[in-house]
Order: sequence, then C-alpha cells, then structure tokens
Amino acid sequence: MQPLLRVENLVKHYAAGRSAGSRDKLVALDGVSLSIAPQSTLALIGESGSGKSTLALCIACLEHPTSGSIWFEGIDVAALHENQQRKIRPQIQLVFQDPARSLNPRWTALEVASEPLIVRKDTSNQERENKALELLDCVAIPRRLASQRADELSGGQKQRLAIARALALEPKLIVLDEALSALDCSVQAQISNLLLELQSSFGLTYLFITHDFAMAAHVADQIAVMDRGRIVESGPAENILRSPSHEVTRSLFAATLPITETPGVGLEL
Amino acid sequence: MRYLLRRSLHAVFLLLGVSLLTFLFSALAPGNYFDEMRLNPQISPETVAALRAQYQLDRPLPVRYAHWLNAVAHGQMGFSFAYNSPVAPLLWARARNTLLLTVTATLLAWLLALPLGVWSAAGFGRAPDRVVSWTTATLLVIPDLVLALGLLIIAVRTGWFPTGGLTSVGFDELSPLSKLRDLAWHMTLPVIALVLAALPTLVRHVRASVAEVLEAPFLRAALGHGLPHSKLLYVYALRAAANPLISLFGFSVGTLLSGSLLVEVVMSWPGLGPFLLEAILARDLYVVIGGVLLSMIFLVAGNLFSDVLLYWADPRIRTAASAK
Amino acid sequence: MTPILDVKNLHVAYSARTGEICPALAGVNFVLGPGEILGVLGESGSGKSTLAASLLQLLPLNGKIQQGEILFEGKDLLRVSPQELRRIRGGRIGLIFQEPSSSLHPSIQVGRQVSDVLAAHESLDRRTLREKTSQLFAAVFPTGAERILRSYPHELSGGQRQRVLIAQAIACGPSLVIADEPTASLDPTTQREILLLFRTLRQKFSLAMIFITHNPSLLADFADRILVLYAGRVAEIGPTAKVLSSPKHPYTEALLQCLPSHLREDQSMRKARLHVIAGDPPDSSLPAKGCLFEPRCTQRMEVCKGSEPPPFTVSELHEVSCFKFAG
Repeated sequence: MQPLLRVENLVKHYAAGRSAGSRDKLVALDGVSLSIAPQSTLALIGESGSGKSTLALCIACLEHPTSGSIWFEGIDVAALHENQQRKIRPQIQLVFQDPARSLNPRWTALEVASEPLIVRKDTSNQERENKALELLDCVAIPRRLASQRADELSGGQKQRLAIARALALEPKLIVLDEALSALDCSVQAQISNLLLELQSSFGLTYLFITHDFAMAAHVADQIAVMDRGRIVESGPAENILRSPSHEVTRSLFAATLPITETPGVGLEL
Repeated sequence: MRYLLRRSLHAVFLLLGVSLLTFLFSALAPGNYFDEMRLNPQISPETVAALRAQYQLDRPLPVRYAHWLNAVAHGQMGFSFAYNSPVAPLLWARARNTLLLTVTATLLAWLLALPLGVWSAAGFGRAPDRVVSWTTATLLVIPDLVLALGLLIIAVRTGWFPTGGLTSVGFDELSPLSKLRDLAWHMTLPVIALVLAALPTLVRHVRASVAEVLEAPFLRAALGHGLPHSKLLYVYALRAAANPLISLFGFSVGTLLSGSLLVEVVMSWPGLGPFLLEAILARDLYVVIGGVLLSMIFLVAGNLFSDVLLYWADPRIRTAASAK
Repeated sequence: MTPILDVKNLHVAYSARTGEICPALAGVNFVLGPGEILGVLGESGSGKSTLAASLLQLLPLNGKIQQGEILFEGKDLLRVSPQELRRIRGGRIGLIFQEPSSSLHPSIQVGRQVSDVLAAHESLDRRTLREKTSQLFAAVFPTGAERILRSYPHELSGGQRQRVLIAQAIACGPSLVIADEPTASLDPTTQREILLLFRTLRQKFSLAMIFITHNPSLLADFADRILVLYAGRVAEIGPTAKVLSSPKHPYTEALLQCLPSHLREDQSMRKARLHVIAGDPPDSSLPAKGCLFEPRCTQRMEVCKGSEPPPFTVSELHEVSCFKFAG
C-alpha cells in the first residue's frame, strides 16, 4: 500500500551568521527520510533541538525545505508553487503544544472552531455554525461552552478545541507537535483516548511528535527516533520497544525509569 | 558597531530626502519673497528682476537644489532675503536660545517624571497613584496654549516674572552673576510651561511601564529571594521597564528644537520657532529650509541616540542585531 | 526529631474580579523533617502553586491567607516581622519558581542575579562575593561555569536557566528548598539530570525539599514521602513507595491508572483506551459540601455526600482523607 506521507532526504538550513551572506548556518534537518502508512500513527521521538518541530513545519507546508522531497499522496508538495500548495494544505493540519498560545483567547469556542470554514466560500453562516457545533460534539466539548471565550476554558478543553479546529477541513493527516506535553496526566489520558477514537471514526493518520517515550509507546504503530536533524532509528513500535539499538533511543528509554535504576549517573560536587 | 553604521547611513539618507522635499514644497508654494516688492510702485521691475537673478530665483529647481546642497557641504546654508545675510549664523543664534529653554525643561521634566512614575506605580490603585493620575489627567486635558497664557496672566497680574523676552534692558551692564540671574528669571515661566506640558505624558508612561514590570514573575522571584525593597524597585524594576522609556527619551531629545514653538511665540522668547514662522510668512526660502533641516537633524539624532541606548541597555537587542 | 516545617490548618483563598471568594487551600496539614524530600502531587487547580507561594507569603494581590500556622524552625512565618520574613526568604528558605524562562531578569547577567541573592543576606566584600558566586556556579554546572556566569538568560537553554534558579535557591545555604514544577518545561534527559542534582545537593547539605509536580513518575525513588493534593485538600500523605504502589485514596488510585502502562509491560495494551477519571475538577467558586472527589469517585458511599472526610491513619506515617478507612 502506498504510504500517505513519504519524506525523502529532507534538509533544512537556517542562516545563523552575523550577516545575510555569511556561511554560518544552523542545520535543523540533515537528510530526514520517513514514511507513514494511511490511518496509522507514527511517533517521532526526540529531544529539543533534534529538529522535530522543524520537520512538522515543513510537512505542514509552513516552511520551505532547503532540499529533499515530501510526497503526500504521491505529489511532491515541497516542489509546488504557493498557489498549488494552498490547495493541499487543508489536508495536513497541525496541533501545537501550547493551546493558550495557538488559540485566540478573545474568541469564543464556536468562533475558533468555525474559523477554518471561512475558507470555504460556498458555505453560509448558518452552515458554518452547524458544522462548528458538530465539531465541538466530536471532541466532547459540551455545547454550553460554545459561547465561552477560549481563555476561560481549562487546559484540556483548549486542546480539544485545537483538535476540533484541526478537524474542520477534514484533513487526512494531523501533525501533533507535543500536543499532550503541557497537560496534566489525567487529561493526557482523556485526550489520548479522544485521538484514538477520532482516528478510527475518521480514518485519520497521525504524526505524533513527543519526547515522552511512554506515551509514544502507547499510541504508535511505528516509532522513529530523531537526534540532531537525523533519524537514528525507526521501525515498528514493538521492535523498538523490545530491543532499542541506537544509544539515543536507549537513553530516552532510560529517562522514563525511576532514577535509582540508572547506573552510576550523577554529578560530582 | 555595524548596527550603528547602518543606522547612521539610514539617517543621512533620511536627511537628504527631507531636504529635497522641503526644497520642493517651498519652491512650489505660490509666491516668493519678491512678490511684495513687485507690488511696491517705488521699486522698478528691472530692480526686481536683477535681484531675482542675483538670488538665482530664475534658475530651474534642480540647479538651485544642487547649488544649495553644495553650499551645505561647505557649511553654509544659503542666504536670507529678509535679513540680507547668511542663514547659518542667524539660525544658530536663535537655536541656541531655544535649546536653553528646552534642554532645561526636558531635564527637569524627566527628573520629576521618573520618581513620580515609580512612586505612583508602586502604590498602584492606592492614594499616591490616584493623586498622580488625576493631576496628570487634568494637565493633559488643558491645552498648551491655555497653560502658557495662564502663566502669562500670572506674570502680568503679580509682576513676579517678566512678561517676555530673553533679557532685561541694560543686560550688558550687569555682572556675570547678575546676568545669570536675569536670564534665569526670564526663563522661569517658559520652562514651567514646557515642563507642565510634557510632564503628564512622561509620568503616565513611566507609571505604565513600571506597573507592568511589577507584575512580572522575575520580580516576584526576586522578592522570594529576599532582595531589599529599594533594589527591587530601582534596579530590577526600572531596568526592565527601561525599553519603552528609552525610546521615549530619544523622542524627547528629538523634539528639542521643534517642540517649543507655541510657548516661544506666546511668551515672546526669541527662539527658533518665531523666527521660522516669520520666514515662512515672508517666503524667505533658505531660512525655512535651513530651519527645517536643523530640526530634522535633531529628530534623527534623537532617534539614533535612543537606538544606541537601547542597544547598550538591552542584551536581547544586541543578540538579535548580531544575528542578522 | 523536631520538624523543620509544620503546616497547620492552612486556608488560602483568592477574590475573583466579581468579588466572590474562591478557596484555593482548605485545611492543609503536614510536617516536614530535616533533610526530607516531600513530593507534592497535584494537577491544575489542586492548589499546589498556591501552597508554594503561601509558605513565603508571595501570593498575588488578590490572594489571602485566611487562617493557619506555618511553623518554620519553631517560628510562625505568618506572624514574623517583615524584616525577619525578608531574612528568611532566600536566606533560610530557598524558592524555585515555575517557568525558568520568566523567573530571571532579562537584562541582568545571571552571575549578578545569583550574587544579588548572596548580597541580600550576607555582608561580604566584592572579592568574596565573586568567589562564592563562582563556587555556586561550579556546583551546579559541570562545565562552562565561568562563561555561563557572564551570560544573559536568553542566551541559555531551559536546563541551564533552571540550574541558575537552583543556584539562587541554595546560595545562602538554606535548610529548606521549595521547588514548584522545576522540571516542567524540560526534556526527559535534562529532567533526570536536575533530579540527580537535587539528590546530590540533599546529600551534601542535608537540605529538606518540597518538590511540587503533576507527574507522579518523577517522584518514584526520589521523594521520601508524597502528599497528594486534590481541590485544595490533602487527599493522601504517606511514604512514596506505598503511595505509588498501593495508593489508598480513590483519586490517587485513579490518577496512577491514567498513566500509559509502562513500556516493559503487556504490549497488547497498546492503542487501547487509557483509564480516565470521569468528570471535571470541582469549581472552586461553588460552596463545598461533602467530599470534593465524590462526584467522580467510583467507590463513593452515602456518607461521602454529607461531610468532608478527615484524615484517617492507615499505617505508620500514612494518612488518607477518605471515609473508606473510617474506624
């Protein structure tokens, strides 16, 4: 079966020197390749600075890669013009880590959920409102909260709203960039269940970016581990969990254990 | 360093642009200095024509501009028709008088605004803050003209202060100390007018910046570490509140020459303002352009000054600038 | 052994903009021994940050300590003079706030910010001040201490900023450190390093610590005892191993079940629904009647609706506020 998303040798440089023409560059992505099968979940695990957020932005067509290709349903979106890219963008949606900053706090929940629908010029106000209410139902936000301002919602409710907004344009792929990291444990469980439900109801594909190995192990079919702009290990989740081979994978795994189980790591004072 | 060079280059281009525009507008405005002369039957048309030729008013615009630019490069700013003498020394004498007023007033206003603003912010919502808020609001509402006239009335009624001018009659015969006292006596009312006009805005800005900073987490953290109150307020809070205030200060410096026109006219202070006004009405072209250019230089210098100060005061700007 | 901190019947409330009083902590009691690490486990809205702030009276303007006693080394912190309080803050009790990115002054070098803490409590000459600051930085930064001393906060990574906050907290050799979510925004490996740093500091300086977090896995093998906070009340307090392996309070039980099953366990549980706690945390502006966890509790009884459960002792040092254990 053809993968829904296939990234081939993606490279992304940022200029970091003192002048525009300087040679110094920050290599965020150094030849990344991965693929995601339709209706499955790929967990991308890495620490900050590994380039995972840059990868998310490139896949969502919000950043232009320096070189390489991103095949979405057989089309290289990285090579498309702005106009053509705009047609593909609704199919790839992004959910960010901090819902407080990715939602306009002064808008009501209903307004946030219906905002993407404004793009569809052929819908009336009433149709948009109905669709938005349906979306809120999908993510289990009670209707009485529809007219509440976004900043009055709890952390979990805000993140549900962000997911509702992502669902508005009926995407095929949702990139979740540390979407659970800022939430309480019990709320993480609720949102994780919601995501799994939505995946089976709507046939969604997820790219689940996180630094939490335990949560990744729970939701993923495939796991890829990233370090300094490269994928160092990838494969089916069970294999990686049973026998992690790369040292980065192993150290991330070890980080989930209680600290006495770490052999002799400490700081000399 | 490169940051500063870039900013300075910017400034030079800005000045050139402004001078060109001013030249254009003045030259295109209907009428010129000699129109009045033409109306005068005693002066023959030939004389007028000869004068015009002498002052090069019959040459095309670009040529005149080029000549003027050349003159400026040599430190001259053209010739005044009305006073029949070079513009530069005339402008400079008047500018000096203006600066005397404005530098004093600006310094005084800032020296008062900082503690008042900090004091008001520290007592946010309580008595000191309310008093300051009300007073500044009242002062803001009163037009500058009314303030100046009000002070003038006080001067006339009480006779405590002179009603205008720079110096008294017989100034030159006084001893140096008496000269100073005389000058100060004449300066008092205009300075008070300027300070009262500028103070409310400054106080409100200082108060707003400091109040915002007082809510910041790092200030609460510093309080949690047991830092003494004075250090918290005057070192930690003020430094963090400095950015918008530095920009405001740069603006204060920038308007040193241009901000006191009204007060100077009302209080008959022989500064740049009234002089320029006269020149505009008389179509004294080069004086006008010279005056505008001088004011612009101050404005641009003020901006540059605040950019430099910001660069020095805020390490985040230094990092961002060097990353470009 | 005399406890270093004895909190008795602490009640703290906030006044909302509409004027109503929302209780944040209601009747919190606990004791901390010297050199002991107490983990405070609570989710958003449990009152954990309020607890940290109220111990040193650093509540925001609309917060008020309504009643209670906070005995530190025998003195009631709520009744000491302002000068004494300033001496204790930073001098005898160190505080590490949340969010390292906003707890440091943006335009002052971090070395200066640490030496300012030293200077506030000890009268030292410039040279000794500088030496002591260097020593502190060397203690928390394994490499590059001198360079970091002269940096500004925005030039440092999250983990480095956190270490600076730790340096500030231990600068004057306090006997107690209160850390409010010190590892919240950090990577797992950095989190681990910080925890190890805390443990080493505790061993070296016999530091007592209150470690506040919402993540139970951080407290395993790190804290000596755990205090579980729910809706401003102590649900359960006991030795870490007991609380994590056999939690007694229904809330603690439910919370621990929410965690994705550990990696080494049954693989067939992958992609299955995680256990959730039904319902939402209680609205603090509504008056409390009965046990606050009762609406969401799967083991509720009639008596739970009527009155709030007092703490019942289940074993040595282990108390639970739940009617299941009455009598």
